[in-house]
Amino acid sequence: MESLEPILTSHPFFRDLDQKYVHLVTGCASNVRFDAGKFVFREGEEAQHFYLIRQGKVAIEIFTPHRGHITIETLDEGNILGWSWLIPPYLWHFDARALETTRAIALDGKCLRKKCEEDHDLGYEFLKRFAHIMEQRLTSTRIQLLDVYDVHA
Amino acid sequence: MHEGTVETLDSAASPMIPQPFVIRNIRRETEDTFTMELEPETSGVLCSFAPGQFNMVYVYGVGEIPISISGDPGNTHSVVHTTRAVGTVTKVMDKLKKGDFVGIRGPYGVPWPLQEAVGKDVVIVAGGIGLAPLRPALYSILKEREKYGKVVLLYGTRTPSDILFREELERWRSRFDLDVFVSVDRAVSGWKGNVGVVTNLISKSPFDPHNSLSMICGPEVMIRFTVMELIRRGVDPSQLFISMERNMKCGVGLCGHCQFGHYFVCEDGPVFRYTDIKDMLVKWEI
Repeated sequence: MESLEPILTSHPFFRDLDQKYVHLVTGCASNVRFDAGKFVFREGEEAQHFYLIRQGKVAIEIFTPHRGHITIETLDEGNILGWSWLIPPYLWHFDARALETTRAIALDGKCLRKKCEEDHDLGYEFLKRFAHIMEQRLTSTRIQLLDVYDVHA
Repeated sequence: MHEGTVETLDSAASPMIPQPFVIRNIRRETEDTFTMELEPETSGVLCSFAPGQFNMVYVYGVGEIPISISGDPGNTHSVVHTTRAVGTVTKVMDKLKKGDFVGIRGPYGVPWPLQEAVGKDVVIVAGGIGLAPLRPALYSILKEREKYGKVVLLYGTRTPSDILFREELERWRSRFDLDVFVSVDRAVSGWKGNVGVVTNLISKSPFDPHNSLSMICGPEVMIRFTVMELIRRGVDPSQLFISMERNMKCGVGLCGHCQFGHYFVCEDGPVFRYTDIKDMLVKWEI
């Protein structure tokens, strides 16, 4: 079977990561596919993975009784999906649903946490990279909250 | 200051006297946004303008406001304005019918730098009603498509029902020589497109940041974050052009209502090179 290492190496998330770590992380990686309409994960479930989306589109949603499924953000090719695997209690806070057929690389959270605990340099690299993603998502959310297109904004 | 020429609808007339125009067509774009096609009452008057310019539109007995021109610069027989019914004048304007008259002065202001964009990838970033003043630039670029590199339109708006020029966006999306990406800030089930701020689209757009020019129009907060993201992608800050909105009154740089630092937006803008005004963009006092 073809190794996922070259794919991980070329992904922006792993840019400039020492090759020995990419090799290590590859041991926690697997190919996954979600058909349109299928949930990648559901709110409250254990966060066992994070995903590098290779193709397709995923909606981050939350369900409310009166408004149904509200989409907060969509993620597609090249994006990272999920960081709850990194932060206790390791539970998903939102739903993620494939809007179209989506192919991704799933990285096993427990496997990664173990490797990060064993090698804190790897752990620090992961934290830096996820902190960058969190900063971008937080900024986007703040702009969304500003509702800049509103008449009175 | 960058290139730009100003042609008046009627160069013989005083710049302060509106010319009567009749409403030929009205098109509802969204719940609160409409497009009007206006023709001069006097036949033979050409409605030449450069993309990015605006007219002062006078609703008789109510008031006069600046509205950017949203039509095709190739059509010199009429002028097209797209606006949102939000203020005293536009709310009355929204109730006008075909055959009613408005007064027009213009066109005014510095246009988009289409000449400077020749040979480069062009990244057009529009937010909300900000797509209206960018549409003429896109018409011009598509008319001489071979002069430009990749052309990308990134359009962000509040919800799917707020999307402007919907049919035209679909036509543009089907072209092979134009990349169109739309994102909305909020959506419920049924919307299969992108959700998230328009700046999220920048990192994955197909253009060469080292040989590109960007034209940006929308709410000022959206502009600031768009600029940050384009610079982060590697675009030279001097290649970013933004359309500013200030309280324009006279349109010809006399009254000072639209003063922005040492510029008058009506005369020195509304399109500015980012590097010319970047220090003022984050000053609360200006």
